[in-house]
Amino acid sequence: MAHDHTLRRRLPQLTAFLHRLSRADARYFQIAALASLLALSLGFIDFGAKPFSSALAIGASLVTQIVCTRLFALPQLDLRSPLITGLSLSLLLRGDDPWLHAIAGVIAIGSKFVLRIDGKHIWNPGGLAIVVLLLTSRGVWISPGQWGTSVWLVTFLAFAAILVLHAARRTDIALFFLGSHAALLFARAIWLGDPFAIPLHQLQSGSLLIFSFFMISDPKTAPDSRLGRFLFAFTVAATAHWLAFFMQMRPALYVTLIALSPIVLLIDKLLPAERFTWTPAPQGALQ
Amino acid sequence: MTKTIAARLKSTVALAAIAGQLSLLAGPASAFCGFYVAQADTKLFNKSSKVVLTRDGSKTSVTMASDYEGEPKEFALVVPVPTFIERKQIGVVDMKTIDHLDTFTAPRLVEYHDEDPCTPPIPMMSYASGAAQPASAVEDRAVRYKGVTVEANYDVAEYDVSILSAKESDGLVNWLEDNGYKIPSGAETVLGSYIKQNMRFFVAKVNLGRMQVLGNGYLRPLQVRYETAKFMLPLRLGTVNANGPQDLIIYALTKNGRVETTNYRTVKLPTGLDVPLYVKGEFGKFYKAMFDRAVENEGMRAVFVEYAWDMGWCDPCAAEPLANKELVELGARWIGDDDDRPYRSGRGANAYVTRLHVRYDAAHFPEDLAFLETRDRETFQGRYVLRHPWQGNASCSNANEYRKSLSVRFGQQARNLAILTGWPSQEIEARMKETGQSPQTR
Repeated sequence: MAHDHTLRRRLPQLTAFLHRLSRADARYFQIAALASLLALSLGFIDFGAKPFSSALAIGASLVTQIVCTRLFALPQLDLRSPLITGLSLSLLLRGDDPWLHAIAGVIAIGSKFVLRIDGKHIWNPGGLAIVVLLLTSRGVWISPGQWGTSVWLVTFLAFAAILVLHAARRTDIALFFLGSHAALLFARAIWLGDPFAIPLHQLQSGSLLIFSFFMISDPKTAPDSRLGRFLFAFTVAATAHWLAFFMQMRPALYVTLIALSPIVLLIDKLLPAERFTWTPAPQGALQ
Repeated sequence: MTKTIAARLKSTVALAAIAGQLSLLAGPASAFCGFYVAQADTKLFNKSSKVVLTRDGSKTSVTMASDYEGEPKEFALVVPVPTFIERKQIGVVDMKTIDHLDTFTAPRLVEYHDEDPCTPPIPMMSYASGAAQPASAVEDRAVRYKGVTVEANYDVAEYDVSILSAKESDGLVNWLEDNGYKIPSGAETVLGSYIKQNMRFFVAKVNLGRMQVLGNGYLRPLQVRYETAKFMLPLRLGTVNANGPQDLIIYALTKNGRVETTNYRTVKLPTGLDVPLYVKGEFGKFYKAMFDRAVENEGMRAVFVEYAWDMGWCDPCAAEPLANKELVELGARWIGDDDDRPYRSGRGANAYVTRLHVRYDAAHFPEDLAFLETRDRETFQGRYVLRHPWQGNASCSNANEYRKSLSVRFGQQARNLAILTGWPSQEIEARMKETGQSPQTR
């Protein structure tokens, strides 16, 4: 009972704390989560990330952001987004030469400044860099991100918690995508007569989590309206499923996202809604 | 009379997803613990199968060897394959060639001898050597074998091979059972899943007559080659009704670099650690305990790398390098030569081997193994180190320090062994003392 009482007393404090948290920029939490994963990989459970390559990916992303901010004479330098991109690249990309990670960082952040239509960048920076390197260099591959069940689960919960705390933001697309992807995997298992252990196992990919929470859900490149985001997430999931299971293409997710990203422009025309900005952000800031 | 009985005896099947055979059919498999002094031979592991998997772009070859020890007439193999297979795509491989690759890539024990502490150190290293009958004739075949097409029948050395396609698992199961393949219950749904994925079935039984003519007396590994975008090994059939976990060693030969599994964790085994000298006498037991523990630590959900190396060189070499023709025989047809000479030495060669060891069952490995060839050419080997202390006279001031350092070193070796194998520290320390190594305990 005393326990109950304490809980009741603490509840308003907790709510207030959560409220404060939810007003903070989600990217701080994302950076913390990704950095923890990278530290885990480098120090404890080896997922294949290499210290030098990771440093190059992160360094190149940050430097490119700094240089481009100057070149494009932006009023304010924001290093949070490039840090997320660098961390994602460290966790996902593998190469036979560490410098490929530096190139990936430059392509990712550079594309954000150069490839813009109507003041909005079209491609998720990290995703674009991965696809460009996969298509042009024979020396790269994508880590499937088999982190083991417990790390996967903790990561999923952490990413989902960050997302829920910032429910007002448009990262709902991560859940739309994961839901569509999972539904297709389960439907396939039913069609094949496979046990559900198979789709459950297929979902436990770290690479899938980073894709869902950091690439397709990039609020700067996702459709503006909720219906648009749902349609886009489902289209990407269905196309990637077809490419992976019927065309045997691996890794299909990144290629699909980059190939389909231009239709976001069309979706935004058909289903217009307010353009996203990271808040609070000064006008003109390019993130 | 005998003939009738023989004909009525349904051949049982080592129903294989690639090579995982049903344990209940195999004879008493022997574990050669402690027999192989310096190599962790795959024979250490009961119920183990070996598969050599080669891949060049979409050109794939799978060579399957199992430790099947039953009667040849009872041997049978059912392997899902992604395409139709022509006769020229099937062959048999000399078991010696696979054994050679096995020895060449086996985890190894290396020995170092300490130099006289009173002379400047010159590191030296030596390698511790050794390095049926239709069940229902009356039933209409068209109904009973509904959807099954025998696309081809081939005579392949001592084997009769058929390539089947099917539209329904019921018909396929009936066909297999009527043709002497005993299908465990539960296999039907797995077969159904492969059918829907447009897989065909490569089925093989032993032709006793031809086996006698060939005079081999044992079953040679079967090889099948095909082109496919799917870089995978089907495990699922072998896990149906399997009696406990099975071990599979995969020797992946590729052009560019290390192979890893994309749907399970690929984990490097602990390597390079110093272990007590007495391990030399029981390296097999040590390796088995260490592998068991590694499997346990990963919750039996990982595929382990035992060796990953450019085929052009080795250090130390656990066996003579493979000859060009051996690599070609195993499916690495891209290397250029197929003569008796050793595969060319020098780094940057066009053949790279990854030896993966997986212990699997249906609960922990629900899905078939899917692979990816990476461009990683870093070298890795399961290597455990013995360091022999200096035995001669030494009377300089360094000698005292050296002697003091030994017990610290022995302590570390004891801890390494305990961590690697899970063996009790007291037992390890007692064994070390017997061999003149008194470890400093913490």
